[in-house]
Amino acid sequence: MAITDDVLVIGGGIAGATAALAAAGEGADVRLVTHKQSTLRNASGLIDVLGYTHEGEGPIVDPLERLEELPKGHPYERVGAEAVRDALSFFDAVAGDAYAGSHTDSNALVPTHGGTVKPTARYPVSTAAGLASDPKDTLLVGFETLTDFDAPLAASHLEAAGAPFSARGVTLQFPGIVRDDAKLTRYAHLLDHEESVSTGSGDRSAREALASIVKPHLEGESRVGFPALLGDEHAAEVRADLAESLGADVFEVPMGPPSLPGMRLEDLLYDALEDAGVRVTSGVPVVGYEIDEAGAIDHVLVDRHGQEIPHEASQYVLATGGLVGKGVRSERDRVFEPIFDCYVPHADDRYDWFVNDVFGEQPYARFGLVPDRELRPLGADEEPEFANLRAAGAVLGGYDYAAEKSGAGVSLATGYVAGGRAGAEASE
Amino acid sequence: MAHDTEVLVLGGGSTGCGIARDLAMRGLEVTLVERGNLTDGTTGRMHGLLHSGGRYAVSDQASAVECIEENEILREIAGHCVELTGGLFVQRPEDPDDYFREKLEGCRDCDIPARVLSGREAREVEPYLAKDVKRAIQVPDGAVDPFRLCVANAIDAENYGARIETHAEVIDLLRDGDDIYGVTVRHDSGPGKHTHKTPGTTEDITAEYVVNATGAWAGQIGAMADLDVEVRPSKGVMTIMNVRQVDTVINRCRPKGDADIIVPHETTAILGTTDEEVSDPDDYPEEKWEVDMMIDTLSELVPILEEARTIRSFWGVRPLYEPPGRGTKDPTDITRDFFLLDHAERDGVSGMSSIVGGKFTTYRAMAEEISNHVCDQLGVRASCATAKEALPGSENLAVLEEGMDDFGLRSPIARRSKQRLGSRSQEVLETDDPNPVVCQCEGVTRAEVQDAIEQSGSDLNAVRIRTRASMGNCQGGFCCANMANELHPEYDEETTREALDELFQERWKGERHALWGEQLSQAMLNYALHATTMNRDNDPASRTEGVDYGVFDSGAQTASPARSDGGKRTDGGDRADGSRSSSDLRSDGGER
Repeated sequence: MAITDDVLVIGGGIAGATAALAAAGEGADVRLVTHKQSTLRNASGLIDVLGYTHEGEGPIVDPLERLEELPKGHPYERVGAEAVRDALSFFDAVAGDAYAGSHTDSNALVPTHGGTVKPTARYPVSTAAGLASDPKDTLLVGFETLTDFDAPLAASHLEAAGAPFSARGVTLQFPGIVRDDAKLTRYAHLLDHEESVSTGSGDRSAREALASIVKPHLEGESRVGFPALLGDEHAAEVRADLAESLGADVFEVPMGPPSLPGMRLEDLLYDALEDAGVRVTSGVPVVGYEIDEAGAIDHVLVDRHGQEIPHEASQYVLATGGLVGKGVRSERDRVFEPIFDCYVPHADDRYDWFVNDVFGEQPYARFGLVPDRELRPLGADEEPEFANLRAAGAVLGGYDYAAEKSGAGVSLATGYVAGGRAGAEASE
Repeated sequence: MAHDTEVLVLGGGSTGCGIARDLAMRGLEVTLVERGNLTDGTTGRMHGLLHSGGRYAVSDQASAVECIEENEILREIAGHCVELTGGLFVQRPEDPDDYFREKLEGCRDCDIPARVLSGREAREVEPYLAKDVKRAIQVPDGAVDPFRLCVANAIDAENYGARIETHAEVIDLLRDGDDIYGVTVRHDSGPGKHTHKTPGTTEDITAEYVVNATGAWAGQIGAMADLDVEVRPSKGVMTIMNVRQVDTVINRCRPKGDADIIVPHETTAILGTTDEEVSDPDDYPEEKWEVDMMIDTLSELVPILEEARTIRSFWGVRPLYEPPGRGTKDPTDITRDFFLLDHAERDGVSGMSSIVGGKFTTYRAMAEEISNHVCDQLGVRASCATAKEALPGSENLAVLEEGMDDFGLRSPIARRSKQRLGSRSQEVLETDDPNPVVCQCEGVTRAEVQDAIEQSGSDLNAVRIRTRASMGNCQGGFCCANMANELHPEYDEETTREALDELFQERWKGERHALWGEQLSQAMLNYALHATTMNRDNDPASRTEGVDYGVFDSGAQTASPARSDGGKRTDGGDRADGSRSSSDLRSDGGER
């Protein structure tokens, strides 16, 4: 007999996890299967909703207010502004103390490792003290061995970006790091576990040692920013200890991959899935499906160690990601969705998939499925591909999350709606 | 009349840099000017084949002989730029037997070591060759890094006192009656190393003798003095694969044709090429059919190319030339030989010669011949030493390899770095400061990047060609910004930002031609990393309109003793729901 659930969610990023949680919230039995490592380790951990309009206007102050302007077919237009607001509240409840920004509808401007600021709606609490829209003088600390954050450069960049405070940067050697190519997680581990490191003045704990080399560089700044490596499991304690020793607020600057805040967000979501009773199976690809007489999906085939195991559900949510997550794939002459072969509109000639300006209006960035207002993917004939399949997150097309800064928001909103509807229908 | 320099060389490609080195070694005072970076023209846009001469063994035996001679010289003087891969001319069942035989005889006539392998033996050498290949001729082809070879020539010329000016475009030839006595250049950012954002100047540089070594651009230079130089620029595509599907140069053994060579190059393999005459070497179409043809046709030799990952494509322009009156229609049939046009003999205008035609492998021999000509004109009696003296980085390679340590680097990184730097490894890599890896794909460390910046200024594309940073699988998605960070604090924030944007756009230029499969996913990731987290597409620092920071969320602030400047808040009125937020702050220790 096949493994049977009410709702099967395929994909384990923000959209898949949100869909599973929303479905479980409707009382459904939910299973989530993921294949690859989630792309959250590439993500900053910030929850962007809308930073710029689809026409590039911005930074937007109030993202929810501007949703109405989005063109037909945009995922936010599909689900409607109210659902976006509800999805954010849903996320706030899931994230609890780990995220901030829910006290206002306004975007915050957050400094990131490239030095400039970006608009975002929610931010990890580790970033909260560092908002560029909070006018406090700032000391940024970088480390000799981390080439992707140059603190003095980031400080001058913030000034060039017009940030309303003075920023200085200093580059130091991280105590206890002996290899020039130590992994980021090694830095976090040293701080997490209070390892003993040798310094000029004898052995000290890693947090003390770090604070003691930063402190002489403080010139009255009320906050100090570090690249996002301040602990993993005990991040709050690490920040609190550093803040106490430094006598200043401490925050993390979001970084590129591998991103600890992205991984912490993943942990948070997976903890919530466990609490909600969602069964999660990782490392297994969906490799096929069968339809029933009515043309709906009867079951999918999941490859578990070479065995094709049928997984049956009454409702399915496809949240396999976009081009990066491989939920959308391409060959020289076509773009396609690999599991159900759902319709992905694209130009026939691949030289029409891009424009010459790297940051121009890139057609490839908008590749993905076309959903109806129920988030059911539509075929070329504008009819739902399957009555019991919904899609959420970056597998959807019609928006450019990088230009709009809308990636996490779209995943939350569409995951929330797709999962909620699937859960409600399945539990009927 | 006193001149600024004795010889002025126009063009910073392999020919120009080779001439500058040759003449400087002979004791002449040399200045070289280049419009962009060294290698920006044809040199940096070739397939990286170090010819054995096998390709010309049937059609052009004089060139073939010259190739094998120069091949052997470059192995000696530029060991750190050359990889001795060996090469195969592979015959498929449908390829003519006659031609195979002519190729073999031609190689033997030209003293090119050549050995016939059966199809099975050929597949033992290269397991990914198609199962039905008939047989192959093994020849000593190799791979050469044109960037490092060209830069090494320029460095050595400088060591001998030459002045090398990049980013200095010739905007006029100085001509007095029937004598050319120099040029006017426009410096992109002033003389010396390049610095973004620095305003340019113009400079007249006068010389006893001018050498026009601008290749495909020689006609444009000639026109400035009303001289006709009939170059026939011909474009060709090169498609780069993400790994080395082959470790040997693979040539198709048939008379002539497009898409007939695969060259292993560093971590990649390069597929080539097409041959199409173009009217403007700076503006010609880069076409999809060319890329498709590389993959489709070369898959006949190496079938896995059909499914393999392409990381970018680029085009080069051959500086073909043929003497007036020949009227060859197909550019493939135009000779690859080079021509020295002495404008005094040819046009009655003294003081300048132009060099056109030729090929990379024989750049040194060309430079020698041209330098001889220049010396004749100037009455200098000094002989060429470039075939004997190793280029910087290749001195005493064998001895050094034994003695070199790993400079505290993990061994794969150290090995790659040492291969690139050759005998300069010690000088560049030995540092007391931390030396982290800046580019993960190619294993390029900070010390190498800093060495390149030292040489070339704020131009990250110049750093790229010297180090290979940003040239691997991710095409700079993960390291462009890290490379830019290395410019600071020597260069200021604005310069650094400008340099980053320029490098990122340049990487995209070639990536566009590989946008499917894995590389389209990579392109989306690169775009997302730069646009999403770094906001490179909407950086307020690069926009004219300012941002009103005061209207954005400034945090869920509550009265807190640690926040002495809480009074500066501009948006306190909006913060109504303090309860949850303040508990947030408490739980993470943010409120003290």
